[in-house]
Amino acid sequence: MSINASGWKPEMGSGEGMEVQTFTGNRALMLEEPLIFEMDEAGGCGVDIAPAPKVTSRLGGLERKRDIGIPGLSEPQTVRHYTRLSRQNYAIDLGLFPLGSCTMKHNPRLNEKMARLPGFADIHPLQPIDTVQGALKVIADLGEWLVKLTGMHSVAMSPKAGAHGELCGLLAIRSALEARGDAREVILVPESAHGTNPATAAFCGYRVENIPATERGRVDLAALKARLGPDVAGVMITNPNTCGLFEPDMIEISKAVHEAGGLVYCDGANFNAIVGRVRPGDLGIDAMHINLHKTFSTPHGGGGPGSGPVVFSEALTPFAPLPFVEKQGDRYVLIEEETAEEHHGRTFGRMTAFHGQMGMFTRALTYILSHGADGLRQVSEDAVLNANYILRSLDDVLDAPFGNSGPCMHEALFSDKDFGGGLSTLDVAKGLIDEGFHPMTMYFPLVVHGAMLIEPTETESKAALDQFIGALRSVAERAKAGDASLKAAPIYAPRRRLDETLAARKPVLAWKEPTQGVAAE
Amino acid sequence: MRYLPLADTDRQEMLRTIGAKSIDDLFVDVPEAARLSGKIEGLADHASEMSVERQMGAMARQNMVAGEVPFFLGAGAYKHHVPASVDHIIQRGEFLTSYTPYQPEIAQGTLQVLFEFQTQVARLYGCDVANASMYDGSTACWEAITMARRVTKRGKAILSGGLHPHYVSLAQTMARFTGDRLDVALPELTAETDAERLLASIDGETSCVVVQYPDILGRITDLTPIAEKAHANGALLIAVVTEPVALGAIEAPGHMGADIVVGEGQSIGVGLNFGGPYVGLFACKEKFVRQMPGRLCGETVDAEGKRGFVLTLSTREQHIRREKATSNICTNSGLCALAFSIHMTLLGERGLRDLAVLNHARAVLAAERLAKVPGVELVNDTFFNEFTLKLPKEARPAVRALADKGILGGVSLGRLYPEAEALENGLVVAVTEVVTDEDIEALASALQEVLA
Ligand SMILES: Cc1ncc(COP(=O)(O)O)c(C=O)c1O
Repeated sequence: MSINASGWKPEMGSGEGMEVQTFTGNRALMLEEPLIFEMDEAGGCGVDIAPAPKVTSRLGGLERKRDIGIPGLSEPQTVRHYTRLSRQNYAIDLGLFPLGSCTMKHNPRLNEKMARLPGFADIHPLQPIDTVQGALKVIADLGEWLVKLTGMHSVAMSPKAGAHGELCGLLAIRSALEARGDAREVILVPESAHGTNPATAAFCGYRVENIPATERGRVDLAALKARLGPDVAGVMITNPNTCGLFEPDMIEISKAVHEAGGLVYCDGANFNAIVGRVRPGDLGIDAMHINLHKTFSTPHGGGGPGSGPVVFSEALTPFAPLPFVEKQGDRYVLIEEETAEEHHGRTFGRMTAFHGQMGMFTRALTYILSHGADGLRQVSEDAVLNANYILRSLDDVLDAPFGNSGPCMHEALFSDKDFGGGLSTLDVAKGLIDEGFHPMTMYFPLVVHGAMLIEPTETESKAALDQFIGALRSVAERAKAGDASLKAAPIYAPRRRLDETLAARKPVLAWKEPTQGVAAE
Repeated sequence: MRYLPLADTDRQEMLRTIGAKSIDDLFVDVPEAARLSGKIEGLADHASEMSVERQMGAMARQNMVAGEVPFFLGAGAYKHHVPASVDHIIQRGEFLTSYTPYQPEIAQGTLQVLFEFQTQVARLYGCDVANASMYDGSTACWEAITMARRVTKRGKAILSGGLHPHYVSLAQTMARFTGDRLDVALPELTAETDAERLLASIDGETSCVVVQYPDILGRITDLTPIAEKAHANGALLIAVVTEPVALGAIEAPGHMGADIVVGEGQSIGVGLNFGGPYVGLFACKEKFVRQMPGRLCGETVDAEGKRGFVLTLSTREQHIRREKATSNICTNSGLCALAFSIHMTLLGERGLRDLAVLNHARAVLAAERLAKVPGVELVNDTFFNEFTLKLPKEARPAVRALADKGILGGVSLGRLYPEAEALENGLVVAVTEVVTDEDIEALASALQEVLA
């Protein structure tokens, strides 16, 4: 048996397990933890606050008349509460986290340290600009690298995440079209697109139409060309796409869209597959967001924050949002509403208070400087190598719908074909949890039945990949054999499968005192 | 390269498994014309921790650090003391390096935190339910306006002149594309807010009235009459809170009739960070929950009947609803929500009240002292920890002159409203618990010199 069919495991003894009901419900290191609201520490507090001097109130008679109803805990209780909770989470720091499209790569700790330098963390967004020259330089430098890495013309740094970047790109497209008196109302989006793409197009007033994919998992160029026309404002194309494949016709797509008077938005969530090897600007696109929390490894933090700078072509640059940083001589200035008139009269305006996710900028810049030109290229190469290794190590046991159409990019896509006994992708995912892995992305993209999208990233060793491959092979074989025990997975996680139907049918979204209900209004 | 574990021998072996001769074979789909052969212009090769630390450190040193000088800036971002344990906990890898909790069985830590966070926010705001966070206060504000449009099926929003100008600016940007109508006004340098204007403008086409509380000049108004008039006309009241610490001292907007309460959570647990990342708070009445944007965490049970938490009501969201979703938001501000929640747990009822009382007391002392500087007038009758001074001359150069003396003395209204001459002498001063008596004295005497 090769290593990736077995993986690493410790010597297994033959001692017999015995289920014991514990008094606490705990299982040694697996500790149950109540809600802060149940910890019954009325008046508890974990901060010492100096007594306030006596003054005449200026609150205008609006003093709070009732308790808020929030519990307080001392510092040791607080640290323990959150530490215990933290241990119920899977994380990159614990193991491979192959969530396709999400790019869960190692988060370098130097980046955390740099973001916490008081010169970055403890400055106010409205300080006079002469007191924040270093911060503006970080924004300008990072912006410059993003422009160079993508081969584009300019960059908007303020968008707060990928979806906010999409919004930024589409507003620029709409502004450019309106500026030439050409109100178009349709945005074309491939069926495989991430949900944020159609949601964003609708959010800024466009009608969304789908374009089909070919059997090889790419945009159907002929269908796209056939749909282009005077009502089409543009397309939103993800490249590499959400099937983990490069769109080989991208240059032609851009050309066709431009000839039909539209503009090209590229969802750059998967830029990590090509950074240092391909510049999206060379593919003829007009705007693209970059998820700094994916390609440039700012931590996901259990759901955010992210950062979604948008790079623009020359055609869209005049419409980019406020504010932005500009170097004037040896001084950095911030172009905001007041100065925009003279320099940047066609901007579509502001999308957020202040200047964007500074804490993410310092991390991303640290990442870029650490990797350098050679390292970034190695990043995309290893990410693609690892994904292809997974694809080819498992395509004998799992169906790879586009496996015959050549190599993948940074993620490997499988379907649920051939699973037996009514087992599904969900069951395989839950089986992987028992094996000690976070599951892959499930049921996305929508174009593949029971999709399993696996993105290992470049920060995994071969041994880690082999162990994962061994685990997934074992679970997949159980699924194909119709092993009903998979339906019960996970059995070793802090919780068994959770009842999502119940959660949605009778939503309990806030804690309420068990006996009497909380005053609602 | 320290972050890349593969050795060249691994790479060769893996290529053999794949059946490719070289890495280039894996990039065959990239057209020749788009392959980058050379290196990125001007970017050096990989660098050691020490070398990167030097480069970043040099830039950090070119900024004036808030904690090292007398500091009085607010206007939507506030300097508060964040307990050391907050930053310790959020750096635990299980929180820092996890994803949105899509697999609830191995994400109960994040999910329970979100459930606690939602409850804390809902109670702080006096609402029934809160979501799992938005990007920041400004984007939460626009989302609330669009939600009011969906609830009322009307497209006219009335924005108070006391709403943060960046929040207004963002709403104006978006409204141009969505077709929403916005009724906006500039604030006036007076003790009264524009409550009268709001009351007079509400009509049968109004979807919502948006009021900041306390407002951009620091003033506090009773929201009850606005809520009543709005409701009588079938419109919603949206309250915006940029300084959540205030709610330790003053009535929660939800208890004054606000239907949706949104705001910035940065003050609690999240540092200044030059404007981001921050955390948008979003809460509303229970009956509107299906129109809310963003993620929601709910309670349920597992297969053994044990309590657990999951993301729920996701049929509102982009990954299910696509172009019909209530919002396009996906990644939110998870880790900042965690920081907020930890800090809130450390404060508790008593700590938050004490902190609010202390902020208010220090602000009152500062306002009294600064109003004694010759030529300076206090604009506000009411305020919490932030108030506006009317200087005898333009405030913007005064702020710069103060900075030259090593004092970050406030936010000039000229910076916030560059076009409004009537506001150019206004200086917004925030005074939190970090401001000492010496700081106040330093600002007062420096201001006197600068104005002389
Ligand atoms: C392909 C794709 N597009 C867009 C997004 C949205 O990015 P964000 O979550 O940063 O808003 C994501 C990730 O969530 C994605 O995978």
